[in-house]
Amino acid sequence: MITILRDVERKPRLKPWLASLKPLEKMRNAAAVLLPPLITLGFLLLLWQLLCGHEGSSLPPPSKVLKDTWELIRDPFFDNGGTDVGLFWQILASLKRVGIGFSLAAVCGIALGVLVGQSTFAYRGLDPIFQVLRTVPPLAWLPISLAAFKDSNPSAIFVIYITAIWPIILNTAVGVRQIPEDYRNIARVLRLNGFEYFFKIVLPASVPYMFTGLRIGVGLSWLAIVAAEMLVGGVGIGFFIWDGWNSSLLSEIILALIYVGIIGFFLDRLIGFIGRLIAGRPI
Amino acid sequence: MHGYLTIEQVGKTFDTAGGCFTALSNVSLAIQKGEFVSIIGHSGCGKSTLLNIVAGLSQPSTGAVLLDGQVVDEPGPDRAVVFQNHSLLPWLSAYANVRLAVDKVFGKTKSAVERDSWTRHNLALVQMSHALEKKPDELSGGMRQRVGIARALAMQPKILLLDEPFGALDALTRAHLQDSVMDIHRETKSTAIMITHDVDEAVLLSDRIVMMTNGPSATIGEICEVRLERPRRRLEVGDTAEYARCRKQVLQFLYERHAHHKAA
Repeated sequence: MITILRDVERKPRLKPWLASLKPLEKMRNAAAVLLPPLITLGFLLLLWQLLCGHEGSSLPPPSKVLKDTWELIRDPFFDNGGTDVGLFWQILASLKRVGIGFSLAAVCGIALGVLVGQSTFAYRGLDPIFQVLRTVPPLAWLPISLAAFKDSNPSAIFVIYITAIWPIILNTAVGVRQIPEDYRNIARVLRLNGFEYFFKIVLPASVPYMFTGLRIGVGLSWLAIVAAEMLVGGVGIGFFIWDGWNSSLLSEIILALIYVGIIGFFLDRLIGFIGRLIAGRPI
Repeated sequence: MHGYLTIEQVGKTFDTAGGCFTALSNVSLAIQKGEFVSIIGHSGCGKSTLLNIVAGLSQPSTGAVLLDGQVVDEPGPDRAVVFQNHSLLPWLSAYANVRLAVDKVFGKTKSAVERDSWTRHNLALVQMSHALEKKPDELSGGMRQRVGIARALAMQPKILLLDEPFGALDALTRAHLQDSVMDIHRETKSTAIMITHDVDEAVLLSDRIVMMTNGPSATIGEICEVRLERPRRRLEVGDTAEYARCRKQVLQFLYERHAHHKAA
């Protein structure tokens, strides 16, 4: 670390007055990016406070939400056994289910997508089935999976899997099918074999499409997990919300919704980030 | 008629919704080793179809193509193609694009060190040593085309096929690249076929200019021999009588005898 700092000092590329200007410039840029969302957020909170702040309001205002849930925010790690655990554990349980279901969907979805994109026969055979199945709402799969697995946890994971897989399959297939004729010609001139063609051309050429599918998939699975957990119970952010409703703890529900939104946002960004790393270019 | 590359009575018919469409018929041409031949004609005359058949990317409906005594029936690195739109793989650097071809063609005959230096050598030939690690998006159109040429050269092909290689470039870059191609042709003594629709480019670069009639059923109309000494300098050559004669012959063919249909 010290050597790095020294290296920078040895090369004073900017004139002194310019160097002193630079942090200021940086701060100005950061403010230009951060201020608008902060202003709108403040405005919305104010509006909410004004609308719900009066006596007898059916929903709590932000000040009351903060007061009611302060204990939960302050200590997300408590564990009183059963489903009475901190929000960190609730969210972690949901993320685990999404992690397993989504990973399975990613592996199967990419494999099926490549198959459907490469082979006209597979496309004709499978595409109509995919098109019908993908319109089935995630929760409609739950009774079937409960009957099949006879256990709530694998059923919830299956719902995630079946929700996330369709956009992954369809986008991967589009990615494989849109590979420009030129790349195929290159492969033919170089006489790449099937194996080389797949790993050197097909995969890298369709990575951006795959990650579009994965991003949509992770968003959908996060949508579905909340609904699925409401029905199957146990530890998890979905059941936490349902439990809050049953105990009329509206403030806790609102806090949970905010957490769900923020986690969903980070999941989306995470997949985008991994995609950029793998593709080596913006996607 | 026998040459290093022999195109023998080649014809190409496409099955379209409106029935059969004959793009090429009866094309015969012999090209000697080390020769630089341009094919010129109006758009839609089947120039690219002919090049694709020589490349093996599409099959002739009639006739055959022979290269060094062997029938061409599939694409291969002995007939390297420089595509009009460069066709570099966008996720690979300039170096990696060329290296992919080098690894594939010389994977068994050259060591990794030799393949590395051969890749660098070919990128140096097209003056791209300064941008080895740049991705195609970060290169200008002319530089991309240079890398495309380096990739084709690196395969050490028996014949180099250039499909309107400078078509998408501005005039200055184009002149620069034409000079580079002339230099490389002299150094490597490669045999080349170039598709073009630029008369000056054809005269400057070629030993022979093959003029195609308009389609359908396009065929070779005339062949013009360019008897200019090499190395050719753009400015000096432009004033010679031979240059003017060739230019006039090609222009007359294109715009008097085989003028494009008015509708086009």
